[in-house]
Amino acid sequence: MGICELSLREMGSAVARRKVSPAELVEAHLSRIRVCDPTLRAYVTVNEAECERLARDRGRQSGGPPGVAAPLNCIPIAVKDNICTKGLRTTCGSRILRNYVPPYDATAVSRLRDRGCLLIGKTNLDEFGMGSSTENSFFGPTRNPWDLERVPGGSSGGSAAAVAAGMAAAALGTDTGGSVRQPAALCGLVGYKPTYGVVSRRGLVAFASSLDQIGVIARTVEDTAAVLEAVSGWDAWDSTSARRGQVRARQTGEVGKSGVLRVGVPWGFFSEGLDPDVSDVTRAVVSKLEKERWAFEEIDLPHAEYSIAAYYLVADAEASSNLARYDGVRYGEREGGTDDLWEMYVRTRTAGLGTEVKRRVMLGTYALSAGYYEAYYLRAQKARTLIKRDYEEVLRRVDLVLMPTSPTAAFRLGEKLHDPLAMYLSDVFTVGVNLAGLPAVSLPSGYSRSGLPIGLQLIGRAFEDQTLLEAARLFEQVVALEARTPAGLKGLLESGRGGA
Amino acid sequence: MSVTRSDVEHAARLCRLEFSPDELETLRGELGRILEYVEKLRELDVTEVEPTLYGLAGSTPLREDVPGEDTLAREDALAGAPDEENGHFKVPGVL
Amino acid sequence: MKGFESVIGLEIHAQLLTRSKLFCGCGTGFGAEPNTQVCPVCLGLPGALPVLNRRAVELAVLVGEALHAHTNTSSVFARKNYFYPDLPKNYQISQFDRPLCSGGHLYVSDGGKRRRVRVTRVHLEEDAGKSVHLDDAGGRRTLVDFNRCGVPLIEIVTEPELRSPSEAHALLKALKQILEYTGASSGNMEEGGLRCDVNVSLRRVGERALGSKTEIKNLNSFRNVERALEYEIERQAGLLAGGTAVLNETLMWDAGRDRAVSMRSKEEAHDYRYFPEPDLLRLELKGDWIDDVKSRLPELPEARESRFVESLGLPPYDAAVLCGRRALADYFEEVARLTGEPKSASNWIMTEVLRTAKEGATDEFPVTAANLADLLTLVRSGRISGKMAKDVFARMAGTGETADDAVSRMGLRQVTDVREMRTIVDAVLSENPKSVADYARGKKKLFGFLMGRIMEKTAGQASPTLAESVLRERLEGVREGDANT
Ligand SMILES: [Mg+2]
Ligand SMILES: [Zn+2]
Repeated sequence: MGICELSLREMGSAVARRKVSPAELVEAHLSRIRVCDPTLRAYVTVNEAECERLARDRGRQSGGPPGVAAPLNCIPIAVKDNICTKGLRTTCGSRILRNYVPPYDATAVSRLRDRGCLLIGKTNLDEFGMGSSTENSFFGPTRNPWDLERVPGGSSGGSAAAVAAGMAAAALGTDTGGSVRQPAALCGLVGYKPTYGVVSRRGLVAFASSLDQIGVIARTVEDTAAVLEAVSGWDAWDSTSARRGQVRARQTGEVGKSGVLRVGVPWGFFSEGLDPDVSDVTRAVVSKLEKERWAFEEIDLPHAEYSIAAYYLVADAEASSNLARYDGVRYGEREGGTDDLWEMYVRTRTAGLGTEVKRRVMLGTYALSAGYYEAYYLRAQKARTLIKRDYEEVLRRVDLVLMPTSPTAAFRLGEKLHDPLAMYLSDVFTVGVNLAGLPAVSLPSGYSRSGLPIGLQLIGRAFEDQTLLEAARLFEQVVALEARTPAGLKGLLESGRGGA
Repeated sequence: MSVTRSDVEHAARLCRLEFSPDELETLRGELGRILEYVEKLRELDVTEVEPTLYGLAGSTPLREDVPGEDTLAREDALAGAPDEENGHFKVPGVL
Repeated sequence: MKGFESVIGLEIHAQLLTRSKLFCGCGTGFGAEPNTQVCPVCLGLPGALPVLNRRAVELAVLVGEALHAHTNTSSVFARKNYFYPDLPKNYQISQFDRPLCSGGHLYVSDGGKRRRVRVTRVHLEEDAGKSVHLDDAGGRRTLVDFNRCGVPLIEIVTEPELRSPSEAHALLKALKQILEYTGASSGNMEEGGLRCDVNVSLRRVGERALGSKTEIKNLNSFRNVERALEYEIERQAGLLAGGTAVLNETLMWDAGRDRAVSMRSKEEAHDYRYFPEPDLLRLELKGDWIDDVKSRLPELPEARESRFVESLGLPPYDAAVLCGRRALADYFEEVARLTGEPKSASNWIMTEVLRTAKEGATDEFPVTAANLADLLTLVRSGRISGKMAKDVFARMAGTGETADDAVSRMGLRQVTDVREMRTIVDAVLSENPKSVADYARGKKKLFGFLMGRIMEKTAGQASPTLAESVLRERLEGVREGDANT
């Protein structure tokens, strides 16, 4: 196992104790990227020069910049390419922003920089976060390090692939309907979606404002907590940022100690039509946890079956408005060749936005247009209330809800690309959490018969992120999943070394 | 709920997109299937239900009326502009 | 027009006097270089988010309260979606079905009639940028400056119950007065601080249902509002008389050609797709916060006008003129308070001050209220005459000097000493023996002639009352002397 496979905490302490120099750490990752990324395509932009420069500077200083300490100092972190980075292009996986360079950092990004992190690169995604496979990117699809013929999930597929392949220690993703948890599940990683309002959305390029939340993808719960601690907390620049949003990485040890953990499982909601591998892993994990004083009970989420319908209406309605600004006037690509403004708008947007984005913008526009607002948008927001209430009621009785993150393990590239509705339905277990604004974490839970990772998610109470993280840590310890090297990655490293 | 061609054309006009006749037909089918799927929301009785319009409860925060430091230098404001003239963003004529 | 009546409603946008924009910290100063007061938020850059300006909310509530509207403890921001190059996000953050204030009224005086006009709502929204349309050697193009984009506006919507163009004009005047009194807005139409869209329809007299209406935008002066309404009413009347239906459409006022032109085009598919702005939560205001804002409401023009009439005894016309601008009314009150003579203060301001100060702009007028009060006190004490005072005032207006300084610089003083006056009067009498003799014979009119000679001799510096009493004393003396000889 190389330096790139270390956990973030291990890397951090290796740097702090000078076992590894910042330059060596960065170089190890850059060389991994050089070997693997031409195939995986996890990155849209690699921030090579800046990372090398900062690593050299940090190497000369003793202990990093003032006030900066392990574990995050000098850690290479990848950032999904829909999160703004000052001076570093931020494309959202879209042709229309392929050369866009933001003049400011997202709050989450500036907080990582303040902790000494190195932004190793910007990761690929479904255009503007719209998709569940990272195939809808202007820059081409990202491949899953576990099986190069399969998708890494989406829309934060680039972030997941980068962390799974040792091309970053951890990554920021964004989760509007499961986009952090599902790729984490499909790539054998921890994927954390905070309570809405815990991480500032400033600088997160909006897809659906009332659902979007920046999350963390990492190899362990501890790593996840370290990154979450850095990026969470109130931000005056985001009106939807919560005052009580700061999450601490340090475990209090409270959870599970005082008694049993009560966990609700909506078997009735997810069992039907579930992939047998996912079903087996779920049962196996539940029985393991039961032995460790986790008390399971069956719960009912009567409105969960409406969540996909409500989600797509709300998300696409907001998206249709959020994406109106890409018009070729102030930034981004303009499709010229016309002296007519209307024509310029139409050409620019038609050429600049991808098929899936256009489909959703159209659906959202339709759902908001005169005569349809009440039947679609408003009814969906009312259904959202019912879905949220289900969770609130259940979470009064139990501490957590457990269910699969995705109905299947990673699917094949192209498999669902031409059936939008089938793709949407694969989000069935994740979108409810976004509609309800709750925190949820997907945890590596087992493998399919063909050796693909499978994840389960734990859902907590709003603003009890701390508790959820501690429960996740216990889960991780109890499940004690054997570590495997992703098969696709193994092949790439072998052929890369062979070639070198 | 069937989506007509003119529904699709109307939406396309509103969001400034253009589709070829074939694309329009495909889109009509896709939107139709999605809208047919979301019809299931009609099963719900929502007469007494308040919509959840926001991701977070509470009142919007208020900022003090103090000029901030985030104002950009003009070069930075115009840095990404596809076309400019005289410190202005330039577009084809409106009138 | 015969048999028809017009139904007019106004939508007024007023710029609020804040230091920073509605949702970002950019400055609101007028006349800065293009695109130098912009940031990620007001340029609509990806990822930038709005945060509401507290002061803008306070000012909007202040106006709402001044219009007797109800401030809603919970209101909602909404996105109004349409494409236009001066609208960076291609949606405007405004308010829709849950405005900040709803229901209200103001009084409008037109042609001696005073009427209550209902206000539907007052809400907050952001302004757009400024487009310049060019068509020259450089081609047909539009240049956009976003400095104004995001500046806070209040939109005030009246019920469609105005009956004439002049009444619309009067409403704007009354509203401008209220905006100025509350300090919420300059209300200056020419600088874009106040803009007005009108909608107008005609209906047969006696009918209740409204006819189809047109909306006219781009009205940037009181005069244009009145003129555009006159034009449009005439146009609609012509259509209706000819049996043609009026189209429900939006027109743009072309002040240069004095006519309204239709804005209809393919872009005009009005479907704003309003929905609640998810980047801003509901605006929840506590009752005591609203009360606190309300307590800062100044005395409003209506109330002030009646107090001037009832307590200070001013003629209604004078009260109305003085209350036209808050600064002028404040000026008057200060002079009245210092002199204790509201009527003479009012007379002076109505004549001398308003003749000299441009549009009653007393805020920067060189003669301060205190200085004017001193001048009036000099007149009252008899140290200078009323006639002299006008010259002194003119000098003060030019130089900004105090009344005392101006009087002494002009070498002015009033002859108020009895012995000195006797000497002067005696000299005049001896220079005019014939008149004295004729007076003694009963030609009483000559008293005025002799007074004139005295004033002439003293270059107007004689105190008229003193001169009169000394002259009377001397003339009486002459008559006595005559009798004795
Ligand atoms: Mg408006
Ligand atoms: Zn700004």
